Amino acid sequence: MPRIIKNESIVDDNWQVLTLAEGDTPESLRLPAEPALVPLAVWLARRDELIATQAPLGVWLDSHEGPEALAADIARFAVIGVNFPKFTDGRSYSSARLLRERYHYAGEIRALGDVLQDQIFYMRRCGINAYALRADKDIDKALAALRVFSETYQAAADQPQPLFRRRFAREAA
Amino acid sequence: MYRYDTTDQRIIDERVAQYRDQMARHLAGELSVDELRPLRLQNGLYIQRHGPMLRIAIPYGMLAAAQLRKLAEISRRYDRGVGHFTTRQNMQLNWPQLEETPDILGELASVEMHAVQTSGNCVRNITTDHFAGCAPDEITDPRPYCELLRQWSTFHPEFAYLPRKFKIAVNAAADDRAVIRAHDIGLDVVIDDTGEIGFRVFVGGGLGRTPILGKLIREFLPRRHLLSYLDAILRVYNRYGRRDNMYKARIKILVQALGIEEFARQVDAEWSYLQDGPTMVPDAEFARIAHHFAPPPWETLPAEDSAHAARLSSDKAFANWVKRCVHAHKTPGYAAVTLSLKAPGVAPGDITDAQMLAVADLADRFSFGELRVTHEQNVVLADVRQRDLYEVWQIARSHRLATANIGLLTDMICCPGGDLCALANARSIPIADAVQQKFDDLDYLYDIGDISLNISGCMNSCGHHHVANIGILGVDKNNEEWYQITVGGQQGNAATIGKVIGPSFYAQEVPLVIEALIDVYRENRGDSERFIDTLQRIGIEPFKARAYAGRDRRRAAKVDSNEKELVNA
Repeated sequence: MPRIIKNESIVDDNWQVLTLAEGDTPESLRLPAEPALVPLAVWLARRDELIATQAPLGVWLDSHEGPEALAADIARFAVIGVNFPKFTDGRSYSSARLLRERYHYAGEIRALGDVLQDQIFYMRRCGINAYALRADKDIDKALAALRVFSETYQAAADQPQPLFRRRFAREAA
Repeated sequence: MYRYDTTDQRIIDERVAQYRDQMARHLAGELSVDELRPLRLQNGLYIQRHGPMLRIAIPYGMLAAAQLRKLAEISRRYDRGVGHFTTRQNMQLNWPQLEETPDILGELASVEMHAVQTSGNCVRNITTDHFAGCAPDEITDPRPYCELLRQWSTFHPEFAYLPRKFKIAVNAAADDRAVIRAHDIGLDVVIDDTGEIGFRVFVGGGLGRTPILGKLIREFLPRRHLLSYLDAILRVYNRYGRRDNMYKARIKILVQALGIEEFARQVDAEWSYLQDGPTMVPDAEFARIAHHFAPPPWETLPAEDSAHAARLSSDKAFANWVKRCVHAHKTPGYAAVTLSLKAPGVAPGDITDAQMLAVADLADRFSFGELRVTHEQNVVLADVRQRDLYEVWQIARSHRLATANIGLLTDMICCPGGDLCALANARSIPIADAVQQKFDDLDYLYDIGDISLNISGCMNSCGHHHVANIGILGVDKNNEEWYQITVGGQQGNAATIGKVIGPSFYAQEVPLVIEALIDVYRENRGDSERFIDTLQRIGIEPFKARAYAGRDRRRAAKVDSNEKELVNA
């Protein structure tokens, strides 16, 4: 079974990530029996069917797709994937923060695609808590990278208080 | 200046460890060239024409003497004893060894320095006025805002992989000396009627292939909202900026495509969620940072020092230097001094290790141990007593740091160009050298007066040629170096993008064309008119006509682009 990093440990994982192959339409895509992350287009086309037949529910957003389309249903999802088609495409960092900070999504946000050790610290800060590391990479080494910095300046999904507020709190204590 | 606390230091130390591990994995074959690229770029490391180049961050141009000494030591130990100051107030080393770059970053961290985000598609070094804290026309010191932005932008998790690089500049003086409208975001510090400090915010400026001046997006942003508002701008850009074409990926293209009104609407929509959140900056934090920039212990001195006045009248060379290199200071009896890095025969912005040590000593002896790097690639001692100016001049002169040419034709901004930079289409240093050789008569330069001449070796426009009175751009045509000339650009409050005068020139022609442009000015100038004033009054046509007059006569035989004798015009 494939392994992913989830909540800072390495776990077996049986979620499938469905994609639309050539010739597939959102309406025709066959849904497996196992838990699956469906493309946003499939969710939008078959929302009621998915709610009725799939449990737990999962969906994934490509980097050009924002989380706005999921807002009304956000609490239904067990997993929301955010895709990094290339690790240099930074749009999904914003998507993850919006899911956490604007839509208050509390479930799993999973990084998909070109997911590498040297970016997962930033991903964690943006609210991503599961990482389907690229298959050719060493998942054990990557785990340590989640804690490469012990302190940060900005507010983000993992730390709502920027350092300047915490500095003052520390001094006042 | 800002000094690290234990947290600031820990973050930088952890960065060095992270980079060391990344380089080790790369050398062990675990991290591919493509995977390493953005990581090394965000630590300032380029792979250049002859090898690596390391760009060291100098946040908003501020350096302590001890830091400059460390740069001297690094440049001697790890490089060839020369550093190059850039238009982002940073320093580049052109000959480091790839394997030694983690050690260099470790050395830098020992003096509270780094190379963080000096390249890559992220927020770059924040730049500002090199006379911050001492300029008579200053509203307030911009450096605390720059430092706040440094911390906010350092390892910002959401904005490390933007569509393209992102440059921010801050001005807080009546005269903008930071070219803020040539930046992705330009911040102009203002005080409203109630005495509240805030910013006029410009967005979507930039030079490069498509030069555009930033557009006003907000008339008054209270300073407490600075970070949340910038988060909102960056988020809109990160999500919607183009990623399909690197030449159309800067925020200026997005702003242009949407129009400033629609872009502002999207930013406001985003900001409405963020503005009153925890990223709002309390006054106590501004005060904490501002404390680091408290004025040095200036003495109470008479406005005019009599010994200084006497030397001015008795020593013409000194008087010339004072006229060009010494600047007004807001404190009586003090002056700011520019040490020119534009001596003849030296690549503009270059400084040797020995000169770095000399400048550090000057700073320690005469300017409270601090100095600044200017975006015009010179060095400033900001707080020199008038009565010390003569001695400073003598020492600076002995180190070739006192060329009295600040603001004159030979005070060129110039990128490293094709001699060193892998991106360049043409060389720029030989052009600068040819200009320095042709215009080596100081009296002639004084007669021309204030003028800016900037040189970029390619469309990336690192040499800021678009905002120069005379701009020179290297272009490649069929594997030959050609130079396109623009006129009428300027920095400052009336920032203007220059206009191309016509077809480009061979290298040999460039000094002659510059001379022709200057001749038109000298023949037409009115009383006390600068080059740019005359040009604006009479228009570009007479300049254009003269530049191309007799061109066939001047043109040399087809030039071999590999030929070294580029400048024997």
